Amino acid sequence: MEPLQRVHSKTVVIASTNVDTDQIIPARFLTTTTKDGLGKQLFADWRYLADGAPNPAFILNRPEAAGCQVLVAGRNFGCGSSREHAPWALLDYGIRAVISTEIADIFKSNALKNGLLPITVDDATAQWLLTHPGAEVDVDLAAARLTLPNGAATTFPIEAFARHCLLNGTDELGYLRSKLDVIESYEAARRW
Amino acid sequence: MNARTLFDKVWTAHEVVPETADTPAVLYVDLHLIHEVTSPQAFSVLKSLDLRVRRPDRTLATMDHSTPTLTEQVFGKIPIKVDAAAKQVRQLESNAAEFGVELFDMRDARRGIVHVISPELGCTQPGMTIVCGDSHTSTHGAFGALAFGIGTTEVGHVFATQCLLQRKPKTFAVNVEGKLRPGVSAKDLILHVIGRIGVSGGTGHVLEYRGSTIRGLSMDERMTVCNMSIEAGARAGMIAPDETTFEYLKGKPRAPQGAEWDAAVARWRTLATDPGALFDASVDIDASTLEPMITYGTNPGMVMPLGGSIPRIEGNAVYDKALGYMGFHGGDVMLGKPIDVVFIGSCTNGRLEDLQAAASILKGRKVAAGVKLLIVPGSQQVKREAESLGLAQIFKDAGADWRESGCSMCLGMNGDTVGAGQYSVSTSNRNFEGRQGVGARTLLVSPMTAAATAVRGQIADPRELL
Repeated sequence: MEPLQRVHSKTVVIASTNVDTDQIIPARFLTTTTKDGLGKQLFADWRYLADGAPNPAFILNRPEAAGCQVLVAGRNFGCGSSREHAPWALLDYGIRAVISTEIADIFKSNALKNGLLPITVDDATAQWLLTHPGAEVDVDLAAARLTLPNGAATTFPIEAFARHCLLNGTDELGYLRSKLDVIESYEAARRW
Repeated sequence: MNARTLFDKVWTAHEVVPETADTPAVLYVDLHLIHEVTSPQAFSVLKSLDLRVRRPDRTLATMDHSTPTLTEQVFGKIPIKVDAAAKQVRQLESNAAEFGVELFDMRDARRGIVHVISPELGCTQPGMTIVCGDSHTSTHGAFGALAFGIGTTEVGHVFATQCLLQRKPKTFAVNVEGKLRPGVSAKDLILHVIGRIGVSGGTGHVLEYRGSTIRGLSMDERMTVCNMSIEAGARAGMIAPDETTFEYLKGKPRAPQGAEWDAAVARWRTLATDPGALFDASVDIDASTLEPMITYGTNPGMVMPLGGSIPRIEGNAVYDKALGYMGFHGGDVMLGKPIDVVFIGSCTNGRLEDLQAAASILKGRKVAAGVKLLIVPGSQQVKREAESLGLAQIFKDAGADWRESGCSMCLGMNGDTVGAGQYSVSTSNRNFEGRQGVGARTLLVSPMTAAATAVRGQIADPRELL
């Protein structure tokens, strides 16, 4: 996993609430056996017309979305299926952080394990971001701080261990494997 | 000792290392279910690190998501249409063989939807922790197990260590009292709950369904309820094990037998939430007033009584977009709307009692002209039972398409899809845009409502056909 310390980027806004993982990456693309190349299928049914041409009305097809690493979305982003293909697709496209008032549990867990930062903010901050697409924001993960272009800063909650792993680019599996002796003791002590 | 919840008892018993401010808990996993879609990348990680599946004896594999349901494709010589899906299936076969994981492959009599086969084999048991790379793993909570969906990275963690790193979720009591009226099912109950608490109402929480209504439900019904916990955003849903649970499990091939059975039941009896235990949140539901339910929008929380009209909401772009996608308008009456496809199946409603409920409506009747009715059993065992009980004949006589088991039309990745713009009345769990096929419009209902709708060719109230 790539370490993630800071993201400084303009935002791209998808204001819909309850953006589910079937929208982020439709099920028909889940027949892959690798993690690679899913970015071109990100938001496929919103991004492409029936004939496969880009839908000019969809934000990711507009010039101002190019290079944006921060996605601002309506409440409850990433709900639905547990498919990790959703963060894989966002990362492959170039998104490094997602901001919403609420982010679904499994998506959040999957995102953190791949170097995609889920940021939950209060209603007022979210409202400002949703109504100012293209705002240049700064995310400082060590400080858990999101700074808006007007200088207003807000801290966001992030699980301590996940932050440690993100900052250092560490995979959680190494930590879990360091506990194997404790796991074996647990198994030996279980009476059922 | 403090009064404890069912969830707390199961959680604590599986804490290998308790959580601290700096680190999540190391939580032991009793049963790891895997399938072809969310496992290949996890096996790849094992290979790259030269690791084995640590506890293949606690791992069970099946294929369900990308598999076809046409008999000629499952048992005949016609290959899986989609090359990538065929590759995925072959990869699970080779991974299972290489890593010593038991696999119910395409032609195995025990194959089926992962959340249907594990309970019917008796693998799912009270007090267990059960995970799977699939959000509907919450189904197994019906047995008093702590069961939840995980991502593929975590599938790899469980492969390598039989454990997960987890923060302890909060608890949420869903108290349901009163008797469900005829024609109102467990599916209607859970759709009502989701409408009530919202699609993110359960985020960060484990739901416990409690009360006289829940205690009166069969295991098939309890599984329907727990299955859709994730549609309320919940981490998991649980129901305390009781005599109904024990009766269901007794004699199942992989349930404890003999003296072990007695010891297991004695242990399982201690799992129920203690009187006076506190929950972080709660909601009270009166089941006696519930109606059959139907969704009208593009998430399961956009749900209404079948006999009602679509709520009018002014100035809400998300609502407008959802109704625009569905081709509906605020104030529309749902009954009588024409439909194209009816799907009965899925891990929500693909068990025997679901098929019996559908058959009670379809018996001696015909599917309306121009309507396609697809009935897909949740497992090969459900298929055999439905055939021996005569249900399959009722379905065929009615003009339904009766298939081999699998996820099928619940998600459009196996060849069973709904066409763009078509209306699908479905017993599955998600009415998201494009879930059943690009441009497909899904309305979630119970098996009885689905069957009645197939007969009438328009959205219909099953109580008129009981």
